[in-house]
Amino acid sequence: MEILGVPLQALLAQLFLGLANGCFYALLSLGLAIIFGLLNVINLSHGALYMLGAFVTWMGLQYLGLSYWVMLLVTPLLVGVFGVIVERTTLRRLYRLDHLYGMLLMIGLALALEGVFHSFYGVSGRSYAAPEVLAGATDIGFMVLPDYRAWVVAVSLSVCFATWFLIEKTRLGATLRAGTENPKMVEAFGVNVPLMVTLTYGFGAALAGFAGVLAAPMVQVSPLMGTNLIVVVFAVVVIGGLSSILGAILTGLGLGLIEGAVGIFYPQLSATVVFIIMAIVIMLRPVGLFGREK
Amino acid sequence: MNLTRLGYALAVAVLVIAPAFLYPVLVMKVLCYALFACAFNLLIGFSGLVSFGHATFFGGAAYFCGYALASLGLPTVLGILTGTAASALIGLFVGSLAIRRQGVYFSMITLALAQMLYYFYLQAPFTGGEDGLQSIPRGTLFGIVDLRDDVAMYYFVVAIFIAGFALIMRVVHSPFGQVLQAIKDNEPRAVSLGYDVGKYKLLAFVLSAALAGLAGATKSVVLGAATLTDVHWAMSGHVILMTLMGGMGTFAGPIFGAAIIVALENKLGDVGNLLADFTGVGWFRAIGVSVPLVTGLIFMTCVLAFRRGVLGELAHFLRLDRRQAKGADDV
Amino acid sequence: MQCNRSRFGTIVAAAFSSLSLLAASPALAQLSGDVVKIGFLTDISGVYSDNDGQGGVEAIKMAVKDFGEINGKKIEFLYADHLNKVDVASSKAREWFDREGLDMLVIGANSGAALALAKLAAERKKPMFAVTAATARLTNEECTPYNVAYAYDTVSVARGTASAIVEAGGKDWFFLSADYAFGASLEKDASEVIRAKGGRVLGSAKHPVGSTPNFSSLLLQAQASKAKILGLATSGDDLINAVKVANEFGINKSMTLAAILTHIPEINALGLKLTQGLYLTDGWYWDQDDRSRGWAKRYFDVMKKMPGAMQAADYSAVTTYLKAVKTAGTDDGDKVMAALKSTSISDMYTRSGTIRPDGRMVYDIYLRQVKKPEESKYPWDYYKTIKMIPGEEAFTKKSETKCSLWK
Repeated sequence: MEILGVPLQALLAQLFLGLANGCFYALLSLGLAIIFGLLNVINLSHGALYMLGAFVTWMGLQYLGLSYWVMLLVTPLLVGVFGVIVERTTLRRLYRLDHLYGMLLMIGLALALEGVFHSFYGVSGRSYAAPEVLAGATDIGFMVLPDYRAWVVAVSLSVCFATWFLIEKTRLGATLRAGTENPKMVEAFGVNVPLMVTLTYGFGAALAGFAGVLAAPMVQVSPLMGTNLIVVVFAVVVIGGLSSILGAILTGLGLGLIEGAVGIFYPQLSATVVFIIMAIVIMLRPVGLFGREK
Repeated sequence: MNLTRLGYALAVAVLVIAPAFLYPVLVMKVLCYALFACAFNLLIGFSGLVSFGHATFFGGAAYFCGYALASLGLPTVLGILTGTAASALIGLFVGSLAIRRQGVYFSMITLALAQMLYYFYLQAPFTGGEDGLQSIPRGTLFGIVDLRDDVAMYYFVVAIFIAGFALIMRVVHSPFGQVLQAIKDNEPRAVSLGYDVGKYKLLAFVLSAALAGLAGATKSVVLGAATLTDVHWAMSGHVILMTLMGGMGTFAGPIFGAAIIVALENKLGDVGNLLADFTGVGWFRAIGVSVPLVTGLIFMTCVLAFRRGVLGELAHFLRLDRRQAKGADDV
Repeated sequence: MQCNRSRFGTIVAAAFSSLSLLAASPALAQLSGDVVKIGFLTDISGVYSDNDGQGGVEAIKMAVKDFGEINGKKIEFLYADHLNKVDVASSKAREWFDREGLDMLVIGANSGAALALAKLAAERKKPMFAVTAATARLTNEECTPYNVAYAYDTVSVARGTASAIVEAGGKDWFFLSADYAFGASLEKDASEVIRAKGGRVLGSAKHPVGSTPNFSSLLLQAQASKAKILGLATSGDDLINAVKVANEFGINKSMTLAAILTHIPEINALGLKLTQGLYLTDGWYWDQDDRSRGWAKRYFDVMKKMPGAMQAADYSAVTTYLKAVKTAGTDDGDKVMAALKSTSISDMYTRSGTIRPDGRMVYDIYLRQVKKPEESKYPWDYYKTIKMIPGEEAFTKKSETKCSLWK
């Protein structure tokens, strides 16, 4: 059976792969949305943090012999701590100022991080192998799916859902959200808002680092791996609604699917499709598909 | 007033005699980027609009001017005007879409459109893609002056720069400029005063785009090529950095910023080697290798400590800006 | 904005400081005929930095040191990072020509820069060697009497790889190409040769450049085509990621990968497990003979990694130039170019090189295949050589040249 000249099987396969990519977008845009939504900071260093996560994972194996499974927990922790340090020492001073400065600071951070890794590892980067148990592939009827991709889909969806639940449905999340809307009030209730803000940034960074771990076996670990991704991820966040957690997740997944579909019929367009959509969305519904007026 | 005029006259004098002790091509390059940064500053410093895709005007004009000169064989001045006009038109298109939204959404639209244009330029045959548009002739000025002579070209570029810069100054000081400032300070108030805010912003945007285009077109003639680097989003980031480092909202600041960045790119390797030879510390050589690292650190330092930009900080340090109503912090 | 005293001070400060920044350069050497000055511009900190980069700088330093003096004249070497920006390359090269009395320019990486500088060098009547720039336009539409294209270009790698593989039995191809002029020309040149030799091109997929492409779906298309050879008409990061994804989806089990343009640092970054069986073409491999091994070891002592073809080409290009200067007895551009086009090149890089009237250096290149991990006996033992491709076959022929100098 064919749809528009493409066999149904191939179509399904491509869509599924698109979904797998979409999980990455979702995970990364989730971190961005959290940081923007709760901190009002446009974290342009997110791509570099993702790269940092991938490299830390590689370094863990290379220098300390730590396995992928260990790094799955260790890397986000390390990147999160790094984020906390960054927030504490630099970002914190810029909150009272316009968005622009925070953004510029993050650009500088990204450049510096990339420069450092580049001088040590060169631009071609390093290879990282998937753990043995996930290195195979399974025949699921309409395609042969690499196990690792299936794992990525499963774990990112879980993390996304867990994060969404944490922020939207728990008391901690409610406090977080309240803290950004009305910090003074929340402080009056005895909550240490600055600490909360710092930890939130750290959490966002940890998410980026986590995406890095997941990416390491799939994509070459190189200093520039985050640079091109970041522009797309930003577009995703804008489309979904800059501060909307759910928006980031769903748009990320959606974009993955759309790119997959476009990739079949007109691959040359797959790089620009996200920007076209973003421009349209901003024109019609500037707060984003799931956003709320701030 | 007189003192300012004297200051500018001195600066012009310095520019005029510069070829005697500086390499003209390098100064021309700085002037082009300086004009680009000044044009950008018109938007960000004086109108409060942050465009993330300004490179598309700079590089786009470079392409159109280059095409006009290399393939259509137009005379140089006409080619530059073509590039400028093209940028103005693209600016009209981008601006009219972006103006409809504010703040970060405005910025994101400019980025989105710039990215789409980037992919267009990547694919379009006339740009030469990765190879770039090459062999752009210097041509002659009105058929009289041969611009292949670097010094002659230099004075032509100085004239263009001064014209552009003067235009910006004129605009900022005009009633139109005052309204822009008012919009930047408090848009709702400007609206309540009855100003058609959208029209003002759009006009400022088109003006900025056109001047950025003038800079780009001139640059393509100076260096003889227009490439994808000129329309890449990294270039947009560069112009933001130049403006920030020099001092947003000052007139001369972006010029300084442009000089720093160009000097950085051209001379970092030399400086690194110099330091290495001088101190015997081999690691300094590595600085030359890592322009991104140094640029990133400078970026961060600027944002944290030099927000007014070097020029702004200088003025503040000398306590010369006491009379100014606002500092450059409030963008 | 008020007109006030502050402006005066700041404007003057700006003018002077800006200009002084530009003057901050190390002592300019005198323009003299007593020194042979060689300049090298390449990408030292960007995407091409592994293939050429600092390694290329060191290679040329070795060449200069090895040559010593020419008829009593010293040799000076200047180098800079062009950051992959034509602007930077252009202004730096101009400065070197006009203020430093540069005698010869070597350009590595970035075709745009190479094309721009070829024009410039021709205007200044100085020889220019394009080593890592792949565009074939340098010896066709944009050829100049002063340009030498060393190492490879898109035509030779495409034709060489394609013809050798088809002759070795790989007849059915599918292409994964970068969606811009470079990828398109690789695919086109390779496809022509494939068809001419009786092979078939069963399909092609283009991936967007400059973003993280979705290789998985494109590679599945490749697999569905049932072709036996996957031609990778792309380079750098995209190539590396394509190989990774091909492995992930097991495509390398049913198809053999042919990287039309790759360098040993990329193979090293991927590792043998992922690249085993990959076909590639190059003109030089560190382990090809004793001369190459000898030089490679010296390079390794400095850089701590084995040189790739580009660094070796840098060394050879400069050495060849210096030999020509010695032969000509002067560093005058025209005489040196005449000497260059009438000598043959036999050094640690190649035994069979000549420079044609269109500036193209022609030599025999080789089809190689990456070894399996168990076949590799020592570090950097990556390739086995499959076939030699004669230079006349791989490079553009006289009948099809677009260069007006070679008609």
